[in-house]
Amino acid sequence: MTERDASVTEDELHAYVDGALPGDRIAAVEARLASDPEAASRVAAWRAQATSIRANWERVVEEPVPERLRLEHIARRASGTWRKIAAAAVIAFAIGAAGGWYGHEYSSFGRNDQIARAIADAAIEAHRLYINEVRHPIEVRAGEAHLLPWLSRRVGSTVRAPDLAPEGLKLMGGRLLPGTPGPTALIMYEGSGGERVTITSTRAAREGATAFHWKSAGEIGALAWVEGGVAFVVAGPADRARLDRVARRVYEAYETAANERR
Amino acid sequence: MSAVRRGLESLIPALRRFARALARDAETADDLVQDTLVRALRGEHLFHGGDLRTWTFTILLNLDRNRRRGLARRPILAVIEDVDPAGPPGTDGTGRDIERGLVLLPQEQREVLLLVTLEGLSYREAAEVQGVPIGTVMSRLSRARTALRTHLEGQRPRLRQVK
Repeated sequence: MTERDASVTEDELHAYVDGALPGDRIAAVEARLASDPEAASRVAAWRAQATSIRANWERVVEEPVPERLRLEHIARRASGTWRKIAAAAVIAFAIGAAGGWYGHEYSSFGRNDQIARAIADAAIEAHRLYINEVRHPIEVRAGEAHLLPWLSRRVGSTVRAPDLAPEGLKLMGGRLLPGTPGPTALIMYEGSGGERVTITSTRAAREGATAFHWKSAGEIGALAWVEGGVAFVVAGPADRARLDRVARRVYEAYETAANERR
Repeated sequence: MSAVRRGLESLIPALRRFARALARDAETADDLVQDTLVRALRGEHLFHGGDLRTWTFTILLNLDRNRRRGLARRPILAVIEDVDPAGPPGTDGTGRDIERGLVLLPQEQREVLLLVTLEGLSYREAAEVQGVPIGTVMSRLSRARTALRTHLEGQRPRLRQVK
């Protein structure tokens, strides 16, 4: 082994295989390989590994990109949903403000119904987006004490996580979604079958209230209502009877709390 | 479409390839890519220059690590994932060997090897993606190649007998 060969490092052998070796070192590495069969067989094995790895997965890049991975699809789902909720909330807010201004609390009843439906649409989309996120569907886990105070502060009205154990649902946690005039809180529950139910709440009309509105889209159903200036949507698997019970529990939890304050 | 979005769009095939090699299951791999893209779009405004590929690969790697941590908490799933003879039906013997060999490597060694050989990242880029010094990348790469070689060469006679 000459002195020049000895100066060839292990790292340089890797760089040689990976095409990362500076041009002025190639001759030195090749001289080393010519004089050191052990190093040569290692380098050959590494090359063969790289070739197998590429051969095994190279074809993936030629596959057509599935629809769900197309950027416009993802962008639509990521921002479109919130824009819709935001738009619905703006309308709700405006109508609520007008209602309050004129002192006709219930004059906006009809329009509030429309708002509840629009918000339900957006919430169904939100529900779909986040229940499909298996790994990070929520930002703050249920056990963290700051979950509800944090969401309440950001949404600008008290956010609750009612006990839905009687419906077989366990609280997972929540996340905050952007919106105008204010953000939306999303609280997620999980059932024993892995099914997920979400409650979203957004500051909406200052006044006014609506009945429950049922809306379903495929396998997902939602019940939406406006109460006390907040638009609520309960979304989950399209089992009307169950969602009805869930929505009533949510409604009652908020009502009870509101009555206690009075 | 912004420059960042155009860049992201062009990276999707490579992200899918890398995710497929990391996760092996095509559906899981595409889930990883989807979550990566959602994160990238959400963080688009945080991206001021720099290398888009390194950034998205970093996101994907972190999501994959989270996923594995999740699997580790569910031992049964982890076992199925790691011991299951690899590959879609029709993969040739070599493909199965390399997949099985990679599965046996520690996660960070497998990542480095794939970043460098499959995705052609420079050592510096691989170091950035893994968030470690370049020396660590080199030692991981070396250990990965040594272990894989031992595995592949140890397997050959046994496979011959099987066939």
